Amino acid sequence: MKPFTTLTGIAAPLPRANVDTDQIIPARFLKAITRAGFGRHLFANFRYREDGSENPDFVLNQEPYRRAEILIAFENFGCGSSREHAPWALLDFGIRCVIAPSFADIFHNNCFKNGILPVKLPREVCERLMEDARMGGNARLTVDLERQVVVRPNGEEIPFEVDPLRRHLLLNGLDDIGQTLQHAAAIDAFEAKQRAAQPWLYA
Amino acid sequence: MPERKPRTLFDKIWDAHVVETLPDGTALLYIDLHLTHEVTTPQAFDGLRAAGRRVRRPDATLAVVDHNIATDESRRTGITDPESRLQVETLERNVREFGVPYIPLLDERQGIVHVIGPELGRSLPGMTIVCGDSHTSTHGAMGALAFGIGTSEVEHVLATQTLLQKPARNMRVLVEGNLAFGCTAKDIILAIIGRIGTAGGTGHVIEYAGDAIRALDMAGRMTVCNMSIEAGARAGMIAPDETTFEYIRRTPLGPKGEAFERALAWWRTLPSDPGARFDREVRLAAHEIAPQVTWGTNPEAVLPITGTVPDPEEEPDEAKRAQMRRMLEYMGLTPGQRLTDLKVDVVFIGSCTNSRIEDIRAAAAIVKGRKVAEGVRAMVVPGSGLVKKQAEAEGLDRILREAGFEWREAGCSMCLGMNPDKLRPGQRSASTSNRNFEGRQGPGGRTHLVSPAMAAAAAIAGHFVDVRDYQPREALA
Ligand code: SF4
Repeated sequence: MKPFTTLTGIAAPLPRANVDTDQIIPARFLKAITRAGFGRHLFANFRYREDGSENPDFVLNQEPYRRAEILIAFENFGCGSSREHAPWALLDFGIRCVIAPSFADIFHNNCFKNGILPVKLPREVCERLMEDARMGGNARLTVDLERQVVVRPNGEEIPFEVDPLRRHLLLNGLDDIGQTLQHAAAIDAFEAKQRAAQPWLYA
Repeated sequence: MPERKPRTLFDKIWDAHVVETLPDGTALLYIDLHLTHEVTTPQAFDGLRAAGRRVRRPDATLAVVDHNIATDESRRTGITDPESRLQVETLERNVREFGVPYIPLLDERQGIVHVIGPELGRSLPGMTIVCGDSHTSTHGAMGALAFGIGTSEVEHVLATQTLLQKPARNMRVLVEGNLAFGCTAKDIILAIIGRIGTAGGTGHVIEYAGDAIRALDMAGRMTVCNMSIEAGARAGMIAPDETTFEYIRRTPLGPKGEAFERALAWWRTLPSDPGARFDREVRLAAHEIAPQVTWGTNPEAVLPITGTVPDPEEEPDEAKRAQMRRMLEYMGLTPGQRLTDLKVDVVFIGSCTNSRIEDIRAAAAIVKGRKVAEGVRAMVVPGSGLVKKQAEAEGLDRILREAGFEWREAGCSMCLGMNPDKLRPGQRSASTSNRNFEGRQGPGGRTHLVSPAMAAAAAIAGHFVDVRDYQPREALA
């Protein structure tokens, strides 16, 4: 997993609450065999019209937001099904940070598993950041996980909280697997013991 | 030395597999057996590849194709659906690259992942077993802790042979006394879900116990544990006993000779200790369980076959009333209709719930010398190639074919509407599978869950019948 330390980039405003994972990626796109390529289908029902052409009204079809790396939305982002395809789609599009007043639990977990930082900030702060984002290409936000601050274009710093263990994993680019592999010696020891006691479990 | 606290079957397996406990109480749990199939693994193998990781224990991993494949002769000439073919080919490439043992489509041992694990002797008592599939709970019938996981967790197990897990709560469901004539394991589990509801087991691992459970053969126990997930439980399990041990002795890959005796000594220590504490206990009287039929679009919407379609207007709770109305509309039912008056279009005997040799024997006993009703499509899909072979050796395929049943190749088939076997919109099925969700067997399809005997009887009658009136007594001998 790519470490997340500091990200400076374009933020796209998505002023909606209850953005569910079916909106993030509709079910009909779950048949693929790779994690890659879901970005094309990110918000497909909003981004494309019925004939398949782009809907110019949707923020991610507009410049400079086609290159957005941060998404700002309102309450309960990522609710609905547990599909991991939702963070896969965001990441594949290029979004590595979502800022919202609250997140659905499973989506929140899934983000950390995929190197995406979900930042919880009060509604009024999100509204201010959304104003910044609307200024377009010159209005880059910085999300500094090391110092746990979001830096507005005017230089104002807004602190945020994040679980220390998860922060550690993200900063170091450790996924759950990377984390578990730090216990490799314990796993080896368990296997040695089990192999002696229950050899029929080993080929 | 102080007495050790009495422990449940779940506690014992859990304790034996904790590699380490993290500061926040999460356990790093060792996984003994990882079953995999074509649908939930491609991204997990991709993840391994991207990180340059290997499969830690190929010998503790087994792959098979079951969900996507056709169950007719077309499988011999190549998979026609391009997306299904790609998923199968991807699995084949992955197992080659990572050295994972694989049972190919045309191998006689191929079958539904939850049928072949126990059948081959890979799923054993005391094991932790996972698979990227919610019906992994089936393997709990062996006296194992078995549960379904997501794709990231599949990758985690492939790479580390462990999972990060928080302990579950213990629940015991006691089914006391003897089952009545014509009633089966399927009726037990449907009655349990009817009683505790689809969220009744949330956060718990259910241990099934009591005389009626002890009396079940392994196939019946797998049917019960299979549907634990439909009660919201993390897993279901049954303590191993002589029935379990005899079953394992006959499996091709189970431990043999001295290894078997050694294993047996450990397996005998597994059953819950007397006085072990369960967080929750539910009791059912087996003799009160009648053959069950679901009428709605979740497995909790179930009634004895003697019942009538319920009236939403009699439901005091507003939200439940609305849900019932929706279910009746989707299912095309009117309150007060007798369940025995419902005509069926399709009869599906198969799925990881009910596709074992015992299930096929039960169906054949009912249909022997009879004919499938006019206009009914009836199919039997064995759970594995080995089940199919055994059934053919016993002449069951002939009985079923002569009655007018299709006799198909092993796979998930019409359980899930992902492969060519699907219901058409509006078709009503008697199905031995486990989920009656809207569209589960195909868009617009109407599923009624029943036992194999009930499904077979419905095929002959053309409508649901009470198998107790229908079954020739000698069939039970
Ligand atoms: S038979 Fe049905 S429930 Fe069982 S594994 Fe296949 S699709 Fe899932």
